[in-house]
Amino acid sequence: MFYRENGQFKSTYASDQQMLPILQDRVFMAGLLVVAFGVVPMLASDYLFLSLLIPFLILALAAIGLNLLVGYCGQISIGHAAFMAVGAYAAYNLVLHVPQLSFLVVLVLAGLIAAAVGMLFGIPSLRIKGLYLAVATLGAQFFMDWLFARVKWFTNYAHSGSVQTSPVELFGWTIDTPHEKYVFLLAVLILFTVIARNLVRGHIGRAWMAMRDMDVAAEVIGIRPVYAKLSAFAVSSFYVGVAGALWGFVHLGSWEPLAFNLTLSLNLLFMIIIGGMGSILGSFFGAAFIVVLPILLNQLPQMLGIPMSTAMVSHLEFMIFGALIVFFLIVEPHGLARLWAIGKEKLRLWPFPH
Amino acid sequence: MKKNWPVFLLCAVLLVGLVLPLATGASAPGFYVEVLLGGLMTGVLYSLVAMGFALIFKASGVFNFAQGAMVLFAALAVARLAERMPLWAAILVGIVIMIALAFVIERVVLRSLVGQEAIALFMATLGVTFFLDGFGQTVWGSDIYKIELGIAKEPVMVLQGLFQGGILINKEDVVATLVAVALVGVLALFFQKTATGRALRAVADDHQAAQSIGIPLNRMWVIVWSVAGIVALVAGVIWGSRLGVQFSVSLVALKALPVVILGGLTSVTGAIVGGLIIGVGEKMAEVFLGPVLVKAFDLAGGGIENWFAYVLALLFLLVRPEGLFGEKHIDRV
Amino acid sequence: MKAKLAMLAVSAAIAATGSTTVLAQAKEQFFPVLSYRTGAYAPNGIPFANGYVDYLKLVNARDGGINGVKITFEECETGYATDRGVECYERLKGKGPTGATAFHPLSTGITFAVTDKSFVDKIPIITFGYGRADSVDGTVFGWNFPLGGTYWDAADMLVQHIGKKEGGLDKLKGKKIALVYHDSPYGKEPIALLEERKKMHGYDLILLPVTHPGVEQKATWLQIRQQRPDYVFLWGWGVMNSTSIKEAVATGYPREKMYGVWWSGAEPDVTPAGDGAKGYNSLVFMAPAGMGQVHKDMVKHVYDKGQGTGKKEELGQVLYNRGMVGAMMTVEAVRRAQVKYGKKPLKGEEVRWGLENLSIDAAAIKKLGFEGFMAPISTSCVDHHGGSQAGIHTWDGKQWVIEKGTLLKADSTILKPMIRASAEKYAAEKKIVKRDCAKEAG
Repeated sequence: MFYRENGQFKSTYASDQQMLPILQDRVFMAGLLVVAFGVVPMLASDYLFLSLLIPFLILALAAIGLNLLVGYCGQISIGHAAFMAVGAYAAYNLVLHVPQLSFLVVLVLAGLIAAAVGMLFGIPSLRIKGLYLAVATLGAQFFMDWLFARVKWFTNYAHSGSVQTSPVELFGWTIDTPHEKYVFLLAVLILFTVIARNLVRGHIGRAWMAMRDMDVAAEVIGIRPVYAKLSAFAVSSFYVGVAGALWGFVHLGSWEPLAFNLTLSLNLLFMIIIGGMGSILGSFFGAAFIVVLPILLNQLPQMLGIPMSTAMVSHLEFMIFGALIVFFLIVEPHGLARLWAIGKEKLRLWPFPH
Repeated sequence: MKKNWPVFLLCAVLLVGLVLPLATGASAPGFYVEVLLGGLMTGVLYSLVAMGFALIFKASGVFNFAQGAMVLFAALAVARLAERMPLWAAILVGIVIMIALAFVIERVVLRSLVGQEAIALFMATLGVTFFLDGFGQTVWGSDIYKIELGIAKEPVMVLQGLFQGGILINKEDVVATLVAVALVGVLALFFQKTATGRALRAVADDHQAAQSIGIPLNRMWVIVWSVAGIVALVAGVIWGSRLGVQFSVSLVALKALPVVILGGLTSVTGAIVGGLIIGVGEKMAEVFLGPVLVKAFDLAGGGIENWFAYVLALLFLLVRPEGLFGEKHIDRV
Repeated sequence: MKAKLAMLAVSAAIAATGSTTVLAQAKEQFFPVLSYRTGAYAPNGIPFANGYVDYLKLVNARDGGINGVKITFEECETGYATDRGVECYERLKGKGPTGATAFHPLSTGITFAVTDKSFVDKIPIITFGYGRADSVDGTVFGWNFPLGGTYWDAADMLVQHIGKKEGGLDKLKGKKIALVYHDSPYGKEPIALLEERKKMHGYDLILLPVTHPGVEQKATWLQIRQQRPDYVFLWGWGVMNSTSIKEAVATGYPREKMYGVWWSGAEPDVTPAGDGAKGYNSLVFMAPAGMGQVHKDMVKHVYDKGQGTGKKEELGQVLYNRGMVGAMMTVEAVRRAQVKYGKKPLKGEEVRWGLENLSIDAAAIKKLGFEGFMAPISTSCVDHHGGSQAGIHTWDGKQWVIEKGTLLKADSTILKPMIRASAEKYAAEKKIVKRDCAKEAG
C-alpha cells in the first residue's frame, strides 16, 4: 500500500530513464546514504570499522566487478583475485616510481592496467566456454601468484617479497583513521556503483546479457562476441583492480603475494552466488554475508556460552560455511537479491496477499 | 586430416620441447629419463583423482570440486582406522564410509539441485568441499598421519649398464602405476560387462532416455558417487602412502583440474591421458625450463609447475575446446 | 530467514562494541594467544600453543599469577593466514583491563602485517626466533622483539657450522648450498644473509622455493638430484618439513647433509618419515627436547589436576618446550616491568619497558626451572633481540641428540651493517622517526 507507483507520472524522458523511478526508492536511498555517511561513523567502534565495514566496502566493489563478468556476461572466472593483485601491485609501483600522482589518478591507472591484463586473460573465452573456461581462469590465478612472487621488480626487490605502503594522501588529507578510510571507501564505492548500474542498463550491458543467455543467437543478430566478451573482462577487471589497490593500500597496508590467493577468489565467487548473480544489489548482500559470517561464527560459541577449543570453532566455521552455501543454493539459487526482489513485490501488494 | 592440423601442430611443438633438453645435451640422459619417469608417476597420481571427476561428470553432469576433499577424507579415514585395525580392514571400512558419504551427498545436495545450471551445482560441490574440510579435521584430526603400505621408501637404481650412474626408480611410484592400471581395468570391466555399468553409461548418454526405459536415476547417481568415492579412496591411499596424510593434501588435488579439462570433462580415458601429459609436462618444465627462465629474467626462484599445467591445458583447449577426448558440444539456437 | 540474519547481525554488532566494557577492573593481565590448530601448519602449531598456554596456567597455579596479578588468556585461530592473524590482533588488542600484554604472531607473514599497527596501538610484538630480521634495531622497530635470534642469525650460524665442518670458511669456495624454503616471508628472510656470505666465501647458492602448503616437492628434489649440492638448508614449516625429508629419502639425498632452521627440527617433522629421517640435523635454540624442573612443576600443578591443554606425551617435545620458553619470557618481561610500574595490570607500553630491560641470566634460568632449556638473554632499547646462540641436534630415529660442544653465535660484524641498512630503508619508506634511546631512558 505504501510502495506503489500510483500517481507518479513521468513527463520527460530523463525522468523516465532515471535509476530510481519510484519515489519511495529515492527516499529510501537518501535515507540509507544519510545513515551510511552520518550515523554509522558515530556509532561504530574501531574494530567494527576495521574488521567489518572496510572489508565489506572493498569486497562489495570487487563483487560488483565479478558480477559484471559472471552474472551479466556469463563467463565464469575462478581466478579473479589475480586481477586484484594486479591492481594492488600496479598501484604500489605507481606510487613508488611516480610519487607526484594523486591517489585517485593512481587508482584509475591501476584499474586500467588490471583491465588490460584482464582482457589478455579473457582472450581464451572467445574459444572456450563454461566450466572449461572456469578452470582456465584458475590458471590466471596461479600464474599471477607466481609472477608477483618471482619477478622481483614488482615488489621493489624486497628480499622478503612483502611490500609496505604508507597511508593514502588525498589533496593534503591523510587517510589513516578508520573513520576517514570508511568515508573515502564509501564515496568510491557509490561512484562505481552508479557507473556499473548505468553500464548494465545501457547497450553494453544488454550485449553482455545476450552473450550470457544465448551466445550463438546473439552473434546471429549482430552482437560481436569479441567486443562483448572482452569488454566484460576489461570492465570487470577494472573494478576488481581498483578494489585490489584499495584492499592493499587502505585495508592491509602491507601485503605479500599470498594475500590475493585462491581463497579470496573463491570468496568473491561465493559472494556473487549467495548475493545473486546478475544483480548489483546482490553483490552488496553477498559481500556483507561473506564478511560478517566468519566473524559471527567465530564469536557465536562465546556469545552462547559454550566452551569450545579454537580448533573446533574453526572447523565448525568451515562446516557451517559449506552447509550454508549448499543451503542457499538449494533454497534460493538466485541469491539474496531475489529474496529482496520478492520482498519488494510483496510490499507492493501489501496488505493484500496477491 | 585437414581439420585436425592444429592439434598435430601443437603436438609437434610440444614434442620438440620435450626432446630439447636431451638433444642440446643440457642434461645427462640418465637424469632425463628420471625426470620423465617422475613426471609419468606424478601424472598417474593426478589421473587417479581426475578419474573421479570424469566419472561423476559423465554420469550426473556435476563438476565435483569436492573430489580432492573426498580423496583426503578417504585417506584420513584409512590412516586413522589403520591405527586400530589391520590395513585391509581399514580399507574396507573406508569403502563403506565413502559409500555412505556418496549416499548422503546425493540425498542432501544433488536431489535438491536437479535441473539447476552448471555453476550452481559447481558451487554446491564447493560448499561440500568446505564442509568435508571441517568435518574431516574434526573427526580425524589435523596432524600428519601415515599410511604404511609396506613398500620400501628407499629408491633403487636400475639400468646401471645403460646409463651412467643408473636411473633412480621409486618402488612406491611403480606400485602406484600398477594400482592405477588395475583400477582402470576394473572400471572398464565394470562399465562394459555388468548391467549396472551399462545402465550408468546409459544415464551418462541421456538422462531422460535412460529414465524412460526404467533406469532409476537417483540410485544410479548414488552408485556413481560411490564408485567415485572408491576411486578417491584408492587415490587417497596411494597419495597418503607417498606424501603422508594431512588436510593440506587436498590442495594438491586442485592440480587434477587442468588434467580433467585437458582430457575432456566426460572422458575417463581423457583423465588418464591428460594426467600423463600434464605430469610429464609439469616436471619437465620445472626441471629444465625453470632454470632457463630464472637466469633469463633474474627471477627469485622457479616454481613454474604451479601454473604450467594450466598453460598446457589451455593450449590444448584452444585447438580442441572440448578437451582431447571430450564430447563435442553442439550449440543450437 | 532474513529477519534471523538481521537479528544475528545486530547482536554481533552489539557484542563486538560492548564486549570490552563488560569486564570488571580486575587484577588481571591479559595474554592474547594467536595459534593455529587447523590447516597445513597445525602439526607444528598445536604443540607450540599447548606449551605456551600450559606455562601461563602453571604461573597461575604455582605462583598465583605474576606477583599476585592473575593471567587471563584467550586463543584465536589464525590458520597461519595473514588476514585472519590481523583480524585476531584487532579483536584481542583491547581485551583485559589494560589491553593485550604482547602478541606472539607465530608467523613471519602476520608479523609483517601487524608491525605497522603496533606503532599506533603501542603493543609489543614478540617474534622470538622469527619475524623481521631487521627488527633487532629497536630505534626503528620500537615494538618488535625478535628475542633469541632472527633468520639472519640462523643462516649465519649454519654457514659457520658447515664452514667448520669443511675445515674453514675459505674451504666453502666452489661448494654448493641449496636452500629449500617455504615460499613466504618466513622462507625468504634468510636469503639476504646467504647472498651476503656467498659474496664473502664464494659458494654456489641454489634457491628452491616450495609453494604453500609444500606437499608437492618432487620437482624440487629432482633438481637437487641434478645439481647435487653439498648441503641442503631446509627452511620449511608444517607439512613441508616432513615432505622434504620424505622426498630426500625418495631421491636418495643423504639426510646427514641436510640442515634445518630451528623451526624445521621438531618431532612432527621427522616422525612421518620414519627411519628415513635418521641423520637429519637442525639448529636448536631456546628449548631442545627433554624434561627439566619446569616440566616436573607442570605435571604437579597442571596436568595432575587435569588442566593440561594437550596430551601429557607432548611434554618435553621441542615445540612444546619452545612454547613454554616463549610464555616464560613474556611473563618475565611483565615481572620486570612491574618493578618500575608497580604490581598491577600493565599496559603494552609498560610491558615494552620490561622487554627492553629484560635480563635473564643463568642463575635466573635455574630458578625458573629452565636450566638446559634456555640461553641467557639481555635486551636493551637499541638491541631488541638480546643475544642469540644455538646448537645443532640430530635425529637418531627415536630422539634428538644434541651435538656436544657446538655453540654457534652469529657474526655481528656482518649482521650489524645489514640490519642497520634494512631498518633505515624501512624507516624511510614508512616515514618513521627513529627513537632516541638515551633520551627515553634518562
